[in-house]
Amino acid sequence: MGRKLLTEHINVEGINTFEVYRKHGGYRSVEKALKTMTPDEVVEEVKKSGLRGRGGAGFPTGMKWSFLAKPEGVPRYLVCNADESEPGTFKDRQLMSKLPHLLIEGMITGSYALGARTSYIYIRGELLYVLRILEKAIAEAYAAGFLGENILGSGYSLDLHVHPGAGAYICGEETALLESLEGKRGNPRNKPPFPAVQGLYARPTVVNNVETIAAVVPIINEGGDEYAKLGVGKSTGTKLISACGHLNKPGIYEIELGVPVEEFIYSDEYCGGIWKGRDLKAVVAGGSSVPILPKELILKTAAGENRLMTYESLSDGGFVTGTMLGSGGFIAMDETTCIVKNTWNFSRFYHHESCGQCSPCREGTGWMEKVLHRLEHGHGSMHDIDLLVSVAKQIEGNTICPLGEAAAWPVAAAVRHFRHEFEWHVTNPKEATAPGAAYRGAAVLA
Amino acid sequence: MAKITFDGIEVEVPDGTTILNAARQIGGGIVPPAMCYYTPLKGSGGKCRACLVKVSAGSAKDPRPMPKLVASCITTVQDGMVVENTINQQVMDVRKGIVEMLLINHPLDCPVCDQAGECSLQDFAFEHGVSTTRYEEERRTFEKIDIGPLIQLHMTRCILCYRCVYTADQLTPERVHGVLGRGDASEIGTYIENIIDNEFSGNVIDVCPVGALTDKTFRFKQRVWFTKPVNAHRDCKTDKCNGRVTLWYKGKDVLRVTARKDEYGEVKEWICNECRFDKKETSDWVLEGPAHINRASVIAQNHYELPVVNPQVIQDLPESTTRELERNPPLRLGGLNN
Repeated sequence: MGRKLLTEHINVEGINTFEVYRKHGGYRSVEKALKTMTPDEVVEEVKKSGLRGRGGAGFPTGMKWSFLAKPEGVPRYLVCNADESEPGTFKDRQLMSKLPHLLIEGMITGSYALGARTSYIYIRGELLYVLRILEKAIAEAYAAGFLGENILGSGYSLDLHVHPGAGAYICGEETALLESLEGKRGNPRNKPPFPAVQGLYARPTVVNNVETIAAVVPIINEGGDEYAKLGVGKSTGTKLISACGHLNKPGIYEIELGVPVEEFIYSDEYCGGIWKGRDLKAVVAGGSSVPILPKELILKTAAGENRLMTYESLSDGGFVTGTMLGSGGFIAMDETTCIVKNTWNFSRFYHHESCGQCSPCREGTGWMEKVLHRLEHGHGSMHDIDLLVSVAKQIEGNTICPLGEAAAWPVAAAVRHFRHEFEWHVTNPKEATAPGAAYRGAAVLA
Repeated sequence: MAKITFDGIEVEVPDGTTILNAARQIGGGIVPPAMCYYTPLKGSGGKCRACLVKVSAGSAKDPRPMPKLVASCITTVQDGMVVENTINQQVMDVRKGIVEMLLINHPLDCPVCDQAGECSLQDFAFEHGVSTTRYEEERRTFEKIDIGPLIQLHMTRCILCYRCVYTADQLTPERVHGVLGRGDASEIGTYIENIIDNEFSGNVIDVCPVGALTDKTFRFKQRVWFTKPVNAHRDCKTDKCNGRVTLWYKGKDVLRVTARKDEYGEVKEWICNECRFDKKETSDWVLEGPAHINRASVIAQNHYELPVVNPQVIQDLPESTTRELERNPPLRLGGLNN
């Protein structure tokens, strides 16, 4: 079992309270940073660690922090994106509800590094019980002097607020999140200007995922270089993977980046194989918006190398034979899964969650869903399959925010690798629409 | 100043100018279409994606191409930027796709729509669209809502450009309508049924690129290309209204009053509701001369153009002639200069 940097103490009784958390080494990073390091040194450590954004895009966190504009006399903000709502991703919820102080500790250290005096945690509206856990933990941190005026006598002050969304996937997009936090409709903004220059209230802002901010804690405690020793190549450290679907042991695993996908699925240390002794059919490796891969391509790359749980290895082969690590929402599907139905289901989600601001996404997501509905229910034609690909292509790259791509990629990838199954729905509608029916033919690998 | 190359044509514009406005300085057929951007409205643009262009060189300093197509209405120029619009096949293909997206849920009720003939969507589809559709599903419809006696809202025609929202924000003291819902269920509405009623509310009709917001006092009166536009002004007492308008005549009747617009359909000066809805007699106005329409749309067709009369000429006319002019305006106006 690899090292656990974030979740080592997650099962300790009462770890959600300040006292127990502190006893297990909590808030050491705040003491270390505030007493012995300058803000720039903290940023430098994060850069050295090679930490990459854990929310999906995988952008180097240290670099993001160093891009933050720092005009004199203008407040800056650190905003934590806790609007986790990608289908298949449920790691942040667990982290926050079990280890609320870890996030708060990361927020304090991160805010200190960025020079933010007020920071926000924007939490998904459905996670109201987590919001209450966080608010309680924040109150404890205030009482213990880790938040508020003059933290630990360092002269640095910070206020931390939790703000709930109202149930919109789009508010996980950073600029939509900022709009929502400002009290407006959660529409993504046009970029540039980027949040690093004009973010919350038009001030320089960094938006980071929960897990990214939590990872700052071990980085400061152990040093960036130590952190970078974990992992493979440019994928350093550990990553929370929320594994779900047809697995023997679904759940949240903190893995050292670089674990082979095969090991992750089949070893008893992790998911323990596919349930009911069935065969694996396909995997969506990083949350519903990344391309789906058939068994053959998720276990080995097109070149025949073992696929690893890293940013690079998963994206090997681009979108033709690869996918993305994304947010770590690992969805495994066994041989009884209907890919068409699954794609329709994803598509229905994006149709429902499109903000409706820009035309390709507003109209295209609904169109794709309708065509997929038709195919799934046996009323489609061969022409519909090409139509799907064409509509997905019309959306991809032409929208304001990445939701367009998130909606288009899964559809395009499903048709790319499982075209036979779509065609089977057209040629054998009766068979294909029977309850529990699933195509057992081979997938398209290249 | 920044020098950019747009479709092979060099143009020099002040720093901070958007690519779209740089293209408009060149003018003609290379100007990207704009369905949501509206120069007088701060914050507009970037939504419809009709104006996407390819930036094949970012700037002189960093000549790398931009990875994605960019919305020309909100992307500012950099010195040495090279932009491709009509000469780029990808841009043309994407634009065709945008037309398709905008039309799949549009009712295509142009034959009964008051906007027909001066509709941006109609022009856009005519220029870039295809004549068939691949959309087989039922089109989206909405519950009708009444927003008052002056403005007609047809939500099915709306393309969600947000222009009317910005107009209400920037022109009126209190916005009572907005975008409700999300995705393809988004709609313009007042949430609790409400009348959009304030001195400048009528301007939402002018900014609407399609027939979603139309003038109830002009409803079904006439196809716009059969009406004759005449520029006119009056001494308007409303604060912030200059009373400079375009009157649309059919025979001797003023059928509607609108703000004056430029060739891209953008209003030059906002007008108040009193001018727009209440002053429909020639005697209410001082006529300046036929309005020249150089917009590439049906409205520019099919009505003869009269020479533009210098407003000074009208003011210098003897009173009897002015009275005559008021009694029998546009036809005689052309003759005056002969």
